[in-house]
Amino acid sequence: MLDVIESGGPFAFTEANRKRADAIIAKYPAGRQRSAVMGLLYLAQEQNGGWVSREALEHVADYLGLTRIQVLEVATFYTMYNLKPIGRHHVQVCGTTPCWLRGADEVMRACRDFGLEKGRSTEDGLFHLSEVECLGACVNAPMVQINADYFEDLDYERMTAILEALKRGETPKPGPQVDRQFAAPEGGPTTLKEHVK
Amino acid sequence: MLSDKDRIFTNLYGYEDWGVDAAMKRGDWDGTREIMAKGQDWIIGQVKDSGLRGRGGAGFPTGLKWSFMPKESPDGRPSYLVINADESEPGTCKDREIIRHDPHKLIEGALLAGYAMRARAAYIYIRGEFVREAERLEAAIAQAYDKGFIGKNACGSGYDFDVYVHRGAGAYICGEETALIESLEGKKGQPRLKPPFPANVGVWGCPTTVNNVESIAVTPTILRRGADWFSSLGRPNNTGTKLFCISGHVNRPCTVEEEMSIPLKELIERHAGGVRGGWDNLLAVIPGGSSVPLIPKSICDDVLMDFDSLKEVQSGLGTAAVIVMDKSTDIVRAIARISYFYKHESCGQCTPCREGTGWMWRVMERLAAGRAEKHEIDMLLDVTKQVEGHTICALGDAAAWPIQGLIRHFRDEIERRIDARAAGSQAVAAE
Repeated sequence: MLDVIESGGPFAFTEANRKRADAIIAKYPAGRQRSAVMGLLYLAQEQNGGWVSREALEHVADYLGLTRIQVLEVATFYTMYNLKPIGRHHVQVCGTTPCWLRGADEVMRACRDFGLEKGRSTEDGLFHLSEVECLGACVNAPMVQINADYFEDLDYERMTAILEALKRGETPKPGPQVDRQFAAPEGGPTTLKEHVK
Repeated sequence: MLSDKDRIFTNLYGYEDWGVDAAMKRGDWDGTREIMAKGQDWIIGQVKDSGLRGRGGAGFPTGLKWSFMPKESPDGRPSYLVINADESEPGTCKDREIIRHDPHKLIEGALLAGYAMRARAAYIYIRGEFVREAERLEAAIAQAYDKGFIGKNACGSGYDFDVYVHRGAGAYICGEETALIESLEGKKGQPRLKPPFPANVGVWGCPTTVNNVESIAVTPTILRRGADWFSSLGRPNNTGTKLFCISGHVNRPCTVEEEMSIPLKELIERHAGGVRGGWDNLLAVIPGGSSVPLIPKSICDDVLMDFDSLKEVQSGLGTAAVIVMDKSTDIVRAIARISYFYKHESCGQCTPCREGTGWMWRVMERLAAGRAEKHEIDMLLDVTKQVEGHTICALGDAAAWPIQGLIRHFRDEIERRIDARAAGSQAVAAE
């Protein structure tokens, strides 16, 4: 059963995650618990160390009273569920046109020179590199997502510095990597100047 | 230029706190109950009179859309408001700023719009990659519950209304309203045939309206300041303020709220520091997110940024995501990368899109390298016409239009590459 997905050993939600799962299910009308499948797959992925194993997927199906194929088709349709183990820091380089125009190729080159390979995890299990499609931060291009955080306004050197910091076990600061307030123009906003603090 | 007093998103850049107390100081949640007391018809009438057109790309009149929702429910089905925060159209990054810096405008808007449409709850479908933004939104919703603004007897109005966040998981297609509904039901995000339209049969078989984040977030201000105020900005049929995202080859990329119908050149020069190397270094602009056809500099010189002006030049306002390309740009490759995007994001349901997006991308790759025959340009154009309009949803159209725009305005450049490559190989053959 479900041998298309790797096995990861026995899986069941922890008590804390059962509570979180029940809170997700409660968002939807009674009898519509299928709507919670995406949320529960995220929980399973988080508890399972960044990927959804065969047993985790089966547990989500059983938890919601769904067939396994109903959960499998969701897990395979959406790109954010990892169906095999991946490195701890998932580096996702946006390669779509707005980032590409501003140097996404240089960001990718920095990752390669650092020893990362697209679609692969490093042997030490620390990094996994993907090229992804537009992440919706185009005025801060080029950018990457690493796990939950966006790192923006990158170039070769800034990308390298972030990877080196992660390798040293540090937590680099997310957001724009230049002197800039979120999506305001560099050098200060052209509007709403009274609100600048 | 729009003056700050007419700006809706006064915390667009997050200089102030996003939380409910700071939001109330900025004017959110002010007199919400009194607005609701004016009734559903008044609210929908104001939104209609304001001229607000949907900010998600299609530009459908928002008030009219709301009026399609049933006023009664003889069979007992509840109605739902679904807010599309699946912001994924390349170039577009405006809803993210609303969610992380001004989330209470969205939540108050959800209540007012939901009330106007007699919905029992709003589901905000946020793209999966916006992890921090979803956390911020959940926190803001919790604040609104704590204050009694939403939930039972929302704002003391006697109306019960819930707001929930639903996280997507990485699929551009879920920005299409019926794919979004499928996804909200826990299925693959594959668009539904219409009819039935969501206002009759939407999520869980119930009447549903899907609106973009920006459309919902501007409504509280419209209702407070009046339809006349909003419709006095911009041009007739293109009213109000608009968030513009200016990316690509400009000196200072940014998101900015401006008046609808601002000239494109003024928008870029005033807010984004101008085109890199000056206006004369401009090659082309994609004015409304990756789906809309590009426009060359000659059109950019005086086009206005609104629905009707951009339609007149065979492009579109879309999401108002302005992607600027200067003369250093390999324009064929820039569009080929967009073709790859649509190939990647096709849901695979309709044959013309599933097969066509891959086919178009492969030809675009060859054109970018000049590895093609000239007659293939017309063949590619013909294929875009076979995809366009022949699929359940608009992703097929969105994949076709950028290529059509490229051929319309840069056929010379494509032919030049083919000639250059042919000349190169002849030279090699002669040696």
